[in-house]
Amino acid sequence: MFELLGVPPQALMGQLLLGLINGAFYALLSLGLAVIFGLMNVINFTHGAQYMMGAFVAWMLLQYAGIPYWGALVLAPIIVGATGIVIERLLISRLYHLDHLYGLLLTFGLALIIEGLFRQQYGSSGLPYTNPIPGGQNLGFMFLPWYRGWVVAFSLAVCLVTWFTIERTKLGAYLRAATERPELVQAFGVNVPRMITLTYGVGVGLAALAGVLAAPIYTVNPTMGSNLIIVVFAVVVIGGMGSIAGSIVTGFGLGVVEGLTKVFWPEASATVIFVIMAIVLMVRPQGLFGTPR
Amino acid sequence: MTNRSILAASGRTSSGRTASGRPASGRNVELIVFAVLVAGLTVAPLMVYPILLMKVLCFALFACAFNLLIGYGGLLSFGHAMFFGFAAYVSGYTIKAWGFPTELGILAGAAVAAVLGLVAGSIAIRRQGIYFAMVTLALAQMVFFFCLQAPFTGGEDGIQAIPRRPIFGVIDISRDIVLFYVVLAIFAAGFLIIWRTIHSPFGQVLKAIRENEARAISLGYAVDRFKLMAFVLSATLSGLAGATKAVVFQLASLTDVTWQMSGEVVLMTLVGGMGTVFGPIVGAAVIVVMQNTFTGFGEWVLVAQGCIFVLTVLLFRRGIVGEIVALAQRRRGEEDAAPPPVAEPADKQPPSDRGGVRASAAAGPSEASAPVSS
Repeated sequence: MFELLGVPPQALMGQLLLGLINGAFYALLSLGLAVIFGLMNVINFTHGAQYMMGAFVAWMLLQYAGIPYWGALVLAPIIVGATGIVIERLLISRLYHLDHLYGLLLTFGLALIIEGLFRQQYGSSGLPYTNPIPGGQNLGFMFLPWYRGWVVAFSLAVCLVTWFTIERTKLGAYLRAATERPELVQAFGVNVPRMITLTYGVGVGLAALAGVLAAPIYTVNPTMGSNLIIVVFAVVVIGGMGSIAGSIVTGFGLGVVEGLTKVFWPEASATVIFVIMAIVLMVRPQGLFGTPR
Repeated sequence: MTNRSILAASGRTSSGRTASGRPASGRNVELIVFAVLVAGLTVAPLMVYPILLMKVLCFALFACAFNLLIGYGGLLSFGHAMFFGFAAYVSGYTIKAWGFPTELGILAGAAVAAVLGLVAGSIAIRRQGIYFAMVTLALAQMVFFFCLQAPFTGGEDGIQAIPRRPIFGVIDISRDIVLFYVVLAIFAAGFLIIWRTIHSPFGQVLKAIRENEARAISLGYAVDRFKLMAFVLSATLSGLAGATKAVVFQLASLTDVTWQMSGEVVLMTLVGGMGTVFGPIVGAAVIVVMQNTFTGFGEWVLVAQGCIFVLTVLLFRRGIVGEIVALAQRRRGEEDAAPPPVAEPADKQPPSDRGGVRASAAAGPSEASAPVSS
């Protein structure tokens, strides 16, 4: 059937895999955005820059400290998450009593600062990062590079762990309660401001983790985040930020759709997600998994 | 969570007396200030490079058009570059490839921006607040990719060497100084349209929607239609600004469609003062001059813009003009011992809840209707 459409199965499967990988990044980033938005009512425009920072920290750890990929996978999210905590404490926390849009404007400014600094320091041509698990396996119908398989499997696992933590543990119950009624949860003796700070740190850490995962696939580039974050915003609008599972499903799904578009209509692959967003807004304005209010 | 007023939340105070009793004189003051501004600009080319002035004027019109949405409609569009940049392409292409006269090319740009605004607006107004910002940003990115791939835009090169044909066949705009006065006229016309809109009944309804959308709906206003009309008007005038800029620089390029450009116009309006009549003009001048000064410093422009964003949001949310107006009102409030004061200092506003919803519901019509009346 695929040959009938003039597309060899190898190419189709290759693009599907690439789509799954992009979907993994969309899922990780929109997950972080959704968690942060749920608790803080702030849309974190810095998210893309923090994803980029994750990739850069991994590169720096290898370059300056000789710490390999596997170390960076743990360290980079912690380092970037820590900078996120500082940003939240020093800057974002001053805006909670104001309109949400100010949070958007502030984090947009921060994104500009971070991207500008990295561009000034490292140029915008991109830096290579060696693949930690080279090679792959021929599956008969396609060639599976080990690293790409690892990215999909690992991000899926991270997404599931995050989902489980939020939906099924006591900590997650506190988190969800604080999303609904922060004053009440605070009155029960939970330190909500600290919870908000840590949540922001974790959300940012997720973005950095995606950045580390992306480093060996794409070149490490100061502009890698700003281009991605706009697509992720569209993903978030399509999925609606109401549900954690929804963000994961939408992220992976749209990655696959984008990959398929690359096979059948390459010119449209850059815009397909935005078109889907427009259609979803016409049909179901609150998003696929959102609740109207 | 339906109504989110960025102005009410910024601590802007309101007073019934100002809104009901003073608008006429406030309007006159605004017109006088504008006349002085235009008069000053007519002699400005003697001292300042005309191209720089024209750039400021184009961006000032762009920011004023943007301000119509955020300042008076409470809608934060993060994708206004799509109108600005796409209209630039349209005017560049029609003038260069189709041989349109300059004035017709500019009008074509604005007209296409209006249509684009109608389409984008009818999609975007389905969501509010933060979602509205994200939707407009995504739609603008779609337009960006379209411009990157469509054959008529010239891809990375853009449309270059757009000819400057005489306006109406008689005004020779090949000289910068002549073109400057044409651009000044376009800017003045655009500004007066916006000014008239703000003070019209339509503008009043728009402000009512910004302050309390639920109440506006319950009063029987077709809220979505008002929002859409404001969006289209804003898009059209942004397009007018972009089309004019293409004629001035004889260039339409991808820069004008990027999300960075959308961010820049937000920054200009924020710095000058959202919801003030003259704020966007001041903001555009500040940012354009800053960019010009920093041209040799590479990416530091981006860093500087980011810093201005952060500082403005944290420290003076009213913007330059907004702060001046607030200061003047505070001083007047001190002089008038008799109650009720015209405007309380912002710090005495009751603290709003997390969303600023309560504050916006409590606030009446904004002071923005008569910003320079004092």
